[in-house]
Amino acid sequence: MEKIGKSVVKKDHAAKISGVAKYIADYPTDGILHGKFLRSTIAHANIKNITVPELPDGYMIVNKDDVLGENKVHIVLEDMPVFAIDTVEYIGDPILMVLGLDENKVEDIVSKIVVDYEELPAVLDMTKSEVAFFDYHLSKGDVDKSFEDADRVYDEVINTGYNEHIYLETNGMIADYHDGKVTVSGSMQCPYYILKAVQLATGLEKDKVQVKGETTGGGFGGKEDYPSILACQVAVASMKAKKPVRVIFDRREDITSTSKRHPSTARYRAAIKDGKITAMDINIIYDAGAYSTLSAVVLQRGVICANGVYKIENLRVHGKANKTNTVPKGAFRGFGAPQVFFDVELFMNHIAKGEERNSIDFKKEHMVMQGDATSTNGKFHFHVPLNEMIKEAEDLSNYKEKKELYDKPQTGRFRRGIGMALAFHGAGFTGSGERDLIKAVLKLKKHQSGIVEILSANTEMGQGLHTTLSKIAGKELGIPFDEIILSNPDTDEVPDSGPTVASRSLMIVGELVRRAAARLKDEWIDGEEQIIEEHYKHPDFLIPFSLDNFRGDAYPTYSWSVQVMEVEIDMLTGQHNVLGAYGSFDVGTPIDMNIVVGQMEGGMLQGIGYSSMEYMDHDNKGRIRNNSMSDYIIPTAMDIPVIKVQVHVAEYPEGPYGAKGAGELPTVGVAAAYIEAVEQALGKNIDHIPFTVEDTMKTICSKED
Amino acid sequence: MEYIEFKLNGDNMKYEGDASDRLLDVLRDTYKLTGVKCGCKEGECGACSVIIDGRLANSCMIAMGSIQGSDVMTIEGFSKTERFKVIDKAYGDVSAVQCGYCIPGMVLATECILGKNPHPTETDIRRGISGNLCRCTGYNSIVKAIGNAAKEGEGLW
Repeated sequence: MEKIGKSVVKKDHAAKISGVAKYIADYPTDGILHGKFLRSTIAHANIKNITVPELPDGYMIVNKDDVLGENKVHIVLEDMPVFAIDTVEYIGDPILMVLGLDENKVEDIVSKIVVDYEELPAVLDMTKSEVAFFDYHLSKGDVDKSFEDADRVYDEVINTGYNEHIYLETNGMIADYHDGKVTVSGSMQCPYYILKAVQLATGLEKDKVQVKGETTGGGFGGKEDYPSILACQVAVASMKAKKPVRVIFDRREDITSTSKRHPSTARYRAAIKDGKITAMDINIIYDAGAYSTLSAVVLQRGVICANGVYKIENLRVHGKANKTNTVPKGAFRGFGAPQVFFDVELFMNHIAKGEERNSIDFKKEHMVMQGDATSTNGKFHFHVPLNEMIKEAEDLSNYKEKKELYDKPQTGRFRRGIGMALAFHGAGFTGSGERDLIKAVLKLKKHQSGIVEILSANTEMGQGLHTTLSKIAGKELGIPFDEIILSNPDTDEVPDSGPTVASRSLMIVGELVRRAAARLKDEWIDGEEQIIEEHYKHPDFLIPFSLDNFRGDAYPTYSWSVQVMEVEIDMLTGQHNVLGAYGSFDVGTPIDMNIVVGQMEGGMLQGIGYSSMEYMDHDNKGRIRNNSMSDYIIPTAMDIPVIKVQVHVAEYPEGPYGAKGAGELPTVGVAAAYIEAVEQALGKNIDHIPFTVEDTMKTICSKED
Repeated sequence: MEYIEFKLNGDNMKYEGDASDRLLDVLRDTYKLTGVKCGCKEGECGACSVIIDGRLANSCMIAMGSIQGSDVMTIEGFSKTERFKVIDKAYGDVSAVQCGYCIPGMVLATECILGKNPHPTETDIRRGISGNLCRCTGYNSIVKAIGNAAKEGEGLW
């Protein structure tokens, strides 16, 4: 019998490659009003007055006064307004929308609106913020005593920067209000999040709001919360205009005003006794930006993962998500984990250096094993395959020989280094989120004809979900996967199977598909229409998780990665040349090998960008100045020619055919491997990412002083 | 009445708008060829790639006036060719299409690479698609697909 992982031609391949697939911007625009935002140009201010020029017929303004429900966007909390009330909290904060038939005229009107701001002090530095949206403490063992008894203490501050998704398709949304019902279509990851938000903003009942996820040109988390904001705005606008309203972001607007990865600063302290780490004391601050959005959950993951893959019995983690007057930060592949895995892996490398130990040997002595407690005294219930995977990554990259070679003193213009980092990713919602918050429901519909249709709210954004879910249903039912119907989600037609986030769609929803398909097979009646409904079941083995004291199983299982980066530095120009990016990845059973490998390769490249070239910052006024693709640099095909991926399989019994979450894992562990390589090449310690060409030049020049 | 006369996917066209109108906008809005995507409008991402007189160009950087007398091909035209079938299969077999947004541009870039050099090295391929950004794939599968298309399409280019 053929293994499910055997690669197939993806279901969405044909439409996309021929240019036939329609993304939201591709739909006809006759009679649709185009919307453009007037956004704040000041980081923090009271709005004293807004002067709008005379509007031609058919052109109108939409603002806070037009919100018929509540002027709040429901994300987790509701502190963000749909349209600004009396203040603006960051440069880019949407104040109002101008609508009209001619896009150029609309833009012209926006440019002529005059806002009188009363400027207020803006907090741009997360360390100087006095407002913590969220403040979490995790503590176990006796950290203070461990530090008292320590032979040596290591103490470091490590920083991570902005990171922008640059999905090739910018955000876009169309709302059509007619006959008392509003239909919102667009680029998105979470149709039901949008439905809930639009309900609140419009005051419409649930059956009067319809959300349709269109073919989505990349998300990576950037379309997890942001679409809810845009959807509320276009829905309100359409209700006022009584016409369809369309907003498609241009790239600069998308870069400056949509969510980003949280920049962070962390202080890591470790106590060493008899050559081993006995305690860690970690303080992290995430820069949440101007509104809370997803920062609670990002911070939770950061706190839970702050000690990485290591068994640290005396552990204290204090994490804060601080408000600053900058763009609100949200979800981005890894969701708080890339920051802390960079921090802890870098820290471990530096400790190893300080202890005059080989970094991998030192790390191996502290690595968790099956049965060990997690940071929150949950358990690693399943096998931890790190030892085997380290060997695989070493073989793939020739790590040992190269590390030894590059450790020797290097002279000359080109210097090399190689680094290895270990990471995990716990898929699904933290703790009991799947059971208590999401409560996923999945339906299978067998048409009278015998055609089987999957009814799920999860979106296809390139990760191959439509193909993998179809393969699962097809395998269970004995039907070819391409005969299984799975359409883009429409909340009028599909149940809430939860958001397309947290690497959960395959592991959680895929298992619901499998169970439903198995049941359908049992209960199949020829010639009859049948609906099978499957509800999420919380695995029995989970130790209950409490957010109050951060105790219990935060995640049911973990996907694992061991990544190696080999980098060459041009000491004359500071340029980086990545000689190779290698990784061994365990995401359980691959449901489609090409799809899994594609995710690993794509994720690694994003991680490499995050480590090096993808620099972004705001200036002292709070403006993001590198707000275009010529200024925010992402890797091209020439930048990283060698990416080698190995798939290591450690099955998860509760996942479909043993599959675990895969999407985010490959990005989480890249940065520390990259920086370890650069440190070896330069012969100097580094304490932040992105470590750009400019940073490299500064370091090279400072060595020569 | 002055027109800008050009060929679009083999058809003779007479464009009545401004010479300074952006080719990308005209293709999408006037001629409804929405296979040509807009990713940045500043000539960086390649999503809007078209082939003008045999050369790959970012249509967001092209003014209508400059294509007077030219031959323009978009994915809609190219997808009707034999060469496309080979490229289609090659991309499909290695699952090189993820979100798909960069793909029409990548396919035209593929055609330009193989049109110039039917047996490209990997370096030739990577250089040939270096103007087409992809955020999903990490490029490996696309590079592999183009190499396979070159082999499978022996004689076509």
